[in-house]
Amino acid sequence: MLDGMTPEEKFQAIVDAEDKIEPTDWMPEAYRKTLIRQIAQHAHSEIIGMQPEGNWITRAPTLHRKAILMAKVQDEAGHGLYLYSAAETLGIKRDEMQELLHHGKHKYSSIFNYPTLTWADMGTIGWLVDGAAITNQVMLTRCSYGPYARGMVRICKEESFHQRQGYESLIKLCGGAPEQKAMAQDALNRWWWPSLMMFGPHDSDSSHTEQSMAWKIKRVSNDDLRQQFVDMTVPQADFLGLRIPDPELKWNDDRGHYDFGEVDWDEFWQVVKGDGPMNRERVANKKRAWDEGAWVREAATAYAAKQGKRSAA
Amino acid sequence: MTYDVPVAPGESGDLQETIETGAEPWPMWEVFVRARRGISHVHIGSLHAPDPETALQNARDVYTRRGEGVSVWVIPSEDIHAFEPEDAIDYVEANEKVYRHATTYEIPDEVGHM
Repeated sequence: MLDGMTPEEKFQAIVDAEDKIEPTDWMPEAYRKTLIRQIAQHAHSEIIGMQPEGNWITRAPTLHRKAILMAKVQDEAGHGLYLYSAAETLGIKRDEMQELLHHGKHKYSSIFNYPTLTWADMGTIGWLVDGAAITNQVMLTRCSYGPYARGMVRICKEESFHQRQGYESLIKLCGGAPEQKAMAQDALNRWWWPSLMMFGPHDSDSSHTEQSMAWKIKRVSNDDLRQQFVDMTVPQADFLGLRIPDPELKWNDDRGHYDFGEVDWDEFWQVVKGDGPMNRERVANKKRAWDEGAWVREAATAYAAKQGKRSAA
Repeated sequence: MTYDVPVAPGESGDLQETIETGAEPWPMWEVFVRARRGISHVHIGSLHAPDPETALQNARDVYTRRGEGVSVWVIPSEDIHAFEPEDAIDYVEANEKVYRHATTYEIPDEVGHM
């Protein structure tokens, strides 16, 4: 049935039929670029996302929590690697993505530009930040680009651990001393709005949404995903006995959803443009790790070359 | 959460795709994992490594952190030769040979399961 179609029509027919596009298929240049932009940003988010949590590994309150946190941070590294591999199938080199990130040409999710001030931030990040990530990533398992969709399936399985361990650690904290519960409330107060910002600007202000929907890169709009997240999270906060810092938050019987207040979009754009509390430090740390690891990469390359010569001799 | 990159008002949404990089990157390897005894190795992803030994160690860390496999293969990506849907003329021929499929033969019900 694909006979006689232009490459563009054939491509869209595959997408419309809910089939997947694979790396060697013809694809519109803008589709390829949009995916590189999005997958690279996603990969960078996983990698930069190790820093706020790495901050607490040495200060975890018990060995058990420390082991969990290390496993989670290791997962984030793994997720970054799956995603860099997926981006590479579109023709960009991994080292290029690193350099573009270090030079501020590539971005990562703004949520990682906020500091992790207390232990309660670890539980709250798992609960809210990973919860928001899952909301989006479940949608992305149905994305039209095969390598990205497959990566998402693996990632979603592991994210479930991230969210559940975070929520469970908050249950413990909220059942503890009043000071511990206050610490959890403070973390929620700081992370709630940045978590809602993770879903991106309103649909009306989102420049890519329409085309990405037609290409089935994106399946649900920013505002719909944000609503889904709020509806899911409010009862979870109630269970913890914590108060979501939004005076306008209220169940709306007619809509069958929670109404909620407006995100501070000035703050959102400020952080996106590079002026969040931690932007400079995050990128500087990443670049330092890359630069200081250069000798390891070079030594491994030299060792491989030497072994190769030996086995050839 | 969204991963399409928000473009701030006044910012150019153009994507820079290439940039000067340093040393030649490590070669890429394809990773195949046998989930348990009795089934084949299945392609699970790819990674970069300087040599086979490091590739195997990285594959273990990246792809089998939760007991996903009992055996792992790594193969240099450049050694994989592929036949793509674009070369599909041979598929068409194969599809025309319906008589190759067991379901094209009608067997009376009285004969029972065959």
